[in-house]
Amino acid sequence: MSVHTLTVDGVEVAVPDGASLLDAVRAAGAELPTLCHLDGLTPVGACRLCLVELEGSGKLQPACATAAGEGMAVLTQTPQLREWRRMAVELFFAEGNHVCAFCVANGNCELQDVAVTVGMDHSRFPYQYPNRRVDASHPQFAIDHHRCILCTRCVRVCDEIEGAHVWDVANRGAECSIIAGLDQPWGEVAACTSCGKCVDVCPTGAIFRKDDTTAEKEAHRERPQLLRAARDQHQWQNQ
Amino acid sequence: MASPTPLQLRCCAASGCRSAGSEALQAALLAARDQLGGAAEAVTIKPVGCLRLCGRGPLVALDRSGGDGQEPSAGSTELYAELTPEQAPALLAAATGLGDELAAQRLDPAHPFFALQKAVVLEGCGVVNPESIDDALAHGSYAQLKRVLLECTPEQVRDQVKRSGLRGRGGAGYPTGLKWDTVALQPPGPRTVVCNADEGDPGAFMDRSVLESDPHRLIEGMAIAAYAVGADQGYVYVRAEYPLAIERLRLALKQARAKGLLGAGIAGSSFNLRLEVRVGAGAYVCGEETALLASIQGQRGTPRPRPPFPAQVGLWGAPTLINNVETLASIPVILREGGDWYAAIGTEGSKGTKVFALSGAVANTGLVEVPMGTSLRTVVQTIGGGVPGADGPNGGVKAVQTGGPSGGCIPAHLLDTPVDYESLRDLGSMMGSGGLVVMGETTSMPEVARHFMRFSVNESCGKCVPCRAGTVQLAQMLDRFVERRASLADLERLEALCRMVGATSLCGLGQAAPNPVLSTLRYFRQEYQAACREPGQCEPPDACLLQEVTP
Repeated sequence: MSVHTLTVDGVEVAVPDGASLLDAVRAAGAELPTLCHLDGLTPVGACRLCLVELEGSGKLQPACATAAGEGMAVLTQTPQLREWRRMAVELFFAEGNHVCAFCVANGNCELQDVAVTVGMDHSRFPYQYPNRRVDASHPQFAIDHHRCILCTRCVRVCDEIEGAHVWDVANRGAECSIIAGLDQPWGEVAACTSCGKCVDVCPTGAIFRKDDTTAEKEAHRERPQLLRAARDQHQWQNQ
Repeated sequence: MASPTPLQLRCCAASGCRSAGSEALQAALLAARDQLGGAAEAVTIKPVGCLRLCGRGPLVALDRSGGDGQEPSAGSTELYAELTPEQAPALLAAATGLGDELAAQRLDPAHPFFALQKAVVLEGCGVVNPESIDDALAHGSYAQLKRVLLECTPEQVRDQVKRSGLRGRGGAGYPTGLKWDTVALQPPGPRTVVCNADEGDPGAFMDRSVLESDPHRLIEGMAIAAYAVGADQGYVYVRAEYPLAIERLRLALKQARAKGLLGAGIAGSSFNLRLEVRVGAGAYVCGEETALLASIQGQRGTPRPRPPFPAQVGLWGAPTLINNVETLASIPVILREGGDWYAAIGTEGSKGTKVFALSGAVANTGLVEVPMGTSLRTVVQTIGGGVPGADGPNGGVKAVQTGGPSGGCIPAHLLDTPVDYESLRDLGSMMGSGGLVVMGETTSMPEVARHFMRFSVNESCGKCVPCRAGTVQLAQMLDRFVERRASLADLERLEALCRMVGATSLCGLGQAAPNPVLSTLRYFRQEYQAACREPGQCEPPDACLLQEVTP
């Protein structure tokens, strides 16, 4: 297998062919905030938090969805990138209704985590207070669209890992929303296997178990990667 | 060639004139010819594509003595504007020399609007009957396809395109020959050609006019492109808002298949090509190439990060050539006249001609094809006639908007800028697909910016957060300026968010969405400042900015 050597913030790393820039950043011991990316799912490059600058070109690329190449010089923490990351997190908070105090995911929320990482203590953009739906028609789970950041992890895990494709995205722009089936109540979608993978991967408290109340959600965001490794490489957790 | 016709009336049957009643006019002409008899019976009445001056439709061209294929500007041709069905007998009388009632509606072919145009892409537009392949063949359609299949290797075709210096007419201006090479030189396997006819910019109707007026030219261009890159299937992605274009394109494809100019073993060669139409579903973002490909594949039309570029990984994973309508429609002429001939037109970096859709506050609205490097002043004032009823050195023009929601506003004092890719980009605008919207002195620039930002809000696909949420915030900030309740700190926030959305959005549409704001800020900043509350208290301006913005 061929290997690419590149630098991440001046640190030299070698990664196998096919690795992403995010893999390279991690190999260099650096950290990048991510929201839409989840190991084991196809990257989409939508949240723009893992944008890095390629030195020389000045171009910004999403580290999760860009292949590492020989001789690249990646910058992950320029002042400009940090400022734009913070603005992106502010935009996430301003476009939904994120109230940590009584959220099921409080303390176990990736949006909360990235806000801490990028140093966002308030949003400079006015809150939009959208009027969205809550769907509690499923016997075990519920989805509160107010907390949804449209990362599409649920869409991808259901399609790529579970193979049920219950979830998809409807409408466009600020009107986008995650829908079950053909925009039906979740509980009426026969394709849903109630596997709970969408609950496991949801970065916020948007999809949750009805049993859980404030700050009780436990997500298992490592599971898609474990399942994919099991299927693709026949590596099992208990081996 | 068709036999010369002594008298011919070419009736515009494209969307602009149809909306002004050209169908009824043509029916009235046919009825009047039957009724009048005599000399009128010798008059050929032919539906054709766009006759350019859309704002004064319905238009009819009268070829008095020349044969088929006369340039509209030739001396033997007269053009009549704003005709009504009731005037059909009078028009026939004028044709047969029995009257001149319509002298007031006769346009001067020497007028700069016609005289300064150079028809390359549009050479068959307004001349051929768009619904007849026989007429198109008589005017030379498919001759270059047959020739290259017989005489040229794909490399030779690509070489001519490279020599021509043609750049993508969809807006970005990527060198076409280079793109063709990139697709052709991918590892062996299937390839696809795609024509992007999802012309969504407000005020742009160049591609629609080509599709409605001369669809066979596009099909020939696509077939040549497919041959040059080794593709055997192709799609024309047309927006659903162009029903007439779709109808004529589908008819043209059917006719071309029946004539053996598409399908298996084209024109006796071993080259095969299957071409299909795909109709969009009303999303502006599907004009972005990766979203367009997703839409063709039946998926949600959202862009994906590039690289890999469609030329490497495109439709169903195969290398895919995506070109705009105008780009592909230039190909037959380039091969007929040679790449060097084409490269001799235009400027150093921007070769050939460009079709513009001229609209807004301008006397002559319509379709204009001029050599690259023509100044904006020539296009807007000389050809367009400036703002109706206004005078002065800039003809009442305040600004010209180019490139739609991705472009910017060029102020009147820069009207002498030559129209080419680099000059427009340096001014903070872009060539775009070719919409030119002229704005008069009374236009408020923050309102223009808000108009385009609202367009971006509505058309954002919602995939990435800077475009989905950032454009909403930008539009609300612009509300404050339009309603004159902004502060100078808002101006700073506006610029900062514009830079963020521009730099971090996933696709070109999000990246370009702030351009209308940034370009109006660049040239009309005082209008934004005047919209701020108590601007007098902010001297020097920096003092209050620093206090309010620093977190």
